[in-house]
Amino acid sequence: MSTVTSSTRTGAPRARLTLRQKRRLSLAVQYALFVAAVVAVALVADWQTLRQNFARTEIAAEMFPEVLTVALKNTVIYTLSGFTGGLVLGVLLALMRLSSVPPYRWLAMAYIEVFRGLPALLIFLFVGVGVPLAFPGSTIPGGTVGQVALALTLVAAAYMAETVRAGIQAVPKGQTEAARSLGMSSTWALISIVIPQAFRIIVPPLTNELVLLFKDSSLVLFLGVQLGDRELTKFGRDLASTKANITPILIAGLCYLAITIPLSYLARRLEARNAKATA
Amino acid sequence: MTAEALPHDRADAAIDVRDLHKSFGDHEVLRGIDFSVARGEVVCVIGPSGSGKSTLLRCINLLEQPTSGRVLVGGVEVTDPDVDIDAVRRRIGMVFQSFNLFPHLTVLENLTIAQRRVLRRSKAEAAEVARVNLEKVGLSEREDAYPAQLSGGQQQRVAIARSLSMGPDLMLFDEPTSALDPELVGEVLSVMRELAAEGMTMMVVTHEMSFAREVASRVVFMDGGVVVEQGPPAQVIGSPQHERTQSFLSRVLDPAATPGPHS
Ligand SMILES: Nc1ncnc2c1ncn2[C@@H]1O[C@H](COP(=O)(O)OP(=O)(O)O)[C@@H](O)[C@H]1O
Ligand SMILES: [Mg+2]
Repeated sequence: MSTVTSSTRTGAPRARLTLRQKRRLSLAVQYALFVAAVVAVALVADWQTLRQNFARTEIAAEMFPEVLTVALKNTVIYTLSGFTGGLVLGVLLALMRLSSVPPYRWLAMAYIEVFRGLPALLIFLFVGVGVPLAFPGSTIPGGTVGQVALALTLVAAAYMAETVRAGIQAVPKGQTEAARSLGMSSTWALISIVIPQAFRIIVPPLTNELVLLFKDSSLVLFLGVQLGDRELTKFGRDLASTKANITPILIAGLCYLAITIPLSYLARRLEARNAKATA
Repeated sequence: MTAEALPHDRADAAIDVRDLHKSFGDHEVLRGIDFSVARGEVVCVIGPSGSGKSTLLRCINLLEQPTSGRVLVGGVEVTDPDVDIDAVRRRIGMVFQSFNLFPHLTVLENLTIAQRRVLRRSKAEAAEVARVNLEKVGLSEREDAYPAQLSGGQQQRVAIARSLSMGPDLMLFDEPTSALDPELVGEVLSVMRELAAEGMTMMVVTHEMSFAREVASRVVFMDGGVVVEQGPPAQVIGSPQHERTQSFLSRVLDPAATPGPHS
């Protein structure tokens, strides 16, 4: 160790720039490029037109309070119902995936591969258009909420199943062995020892999954929904069309970020806490 | 083979192992073990790493399924396919090298969860049994702590108390002090010494020769998947008959031949 550092040190003074000087120079060049780019954009942009299209305060003001009391509320309802359904189905699929009965494993693997391989939009169209066509007269209970919840559940379950499975497998084997040595059945060992520990491990990835679902709930745009069922994206787009202005879309975007950025931050915090606990 | 006369009546044995074989794939780890433990006996199993000591213990409570041979615990054949294995395991306490406490539960919950789920004891009854056993291992004040807040020695004592709370007929220990810092070994061994003095039937895989010499009623030396030599500690540790036992003991007992604390 000491021999390596001393040999690099003796080599350094002969170079024209020391390593530290080189690093400083490179940083200075990067900052200069950044400032030049910002100045160029500021000079080229037509600020008057931009403000007219993106940030019309009177249009923004008109959106309240519906953007919160209807659109944001519906986004939250769709997302949480899809998340809950996805978690339940995901745990079920994960247990099937780990089952010692091969047909269960095959079924779970087939589901996971199919639903992870399809665009979420296709699943929305399938649920919203395909099901009513295929089973005439039948409706998915719960109206639009039911449809969106089902579509999001189907999408989320495939991803969550893999997350839950990884979490269960990350619990050390000794935990199951200790539980079985105390006479617990394999079911009890799973329910009271393994799954609670698996959940602690998968809370950060599940939080990230929640962020993805918030964004995927916007796909409801492609289903015919009534006024009261509109969520952020559809609400913003409809208003943008009638006003021929982008401001509503901007406001809808800010509403998403108000939720997704804190959630992502939370996921990173939880992840860091887990890393510390296992270290 | 261990054709020598067994020290007690096998029909009444706490553990009776007959011609036990265990293979992992092509690798035969146990190659015909014949051996028994009488009620109230403390048997220490010694032998080099990889000789099959853990596998033998794990075959007794069926954490591993034997390839062939018979294992009887308290007269019940655990290798019988019709046996209720959960019922058998309830009567066998197992203490692991790595403690294996449940990290998401408090000390008290670690001791009560199996009592409640398996023995169907009420919350109050389970807590009462748990507190008696925590007292026994000297950790009464830590019942609300989580395992991560305890030292290794404390965790292993909790693990012993957790097994005792199920009221086992016998206890298996798999190198219970090997994962501990040297200064924490003593507290665990003294709990085990007390248990032995109370008459608990114990089978202990260990490298602590002074513990074996002092507490064991019998020492069993294993190597290469067979029992090479067994007998009273003074005989097996004091004047081993087999060359393999001698060379193992000289490695374990001679401080110059064993790696020091700095390695
Ligand atoms: N689950 C397993 N799968 C494959 N090989 C194993 C397994 N468990 C133990 N072994 C092998 O069996 C041999 C004996 O292991 P073990 O019983 O743990 O020995 P000891 O406890 O005496 O050190 C070792 O060679 C080990 O690699
Ligand atoms: Mg071992």
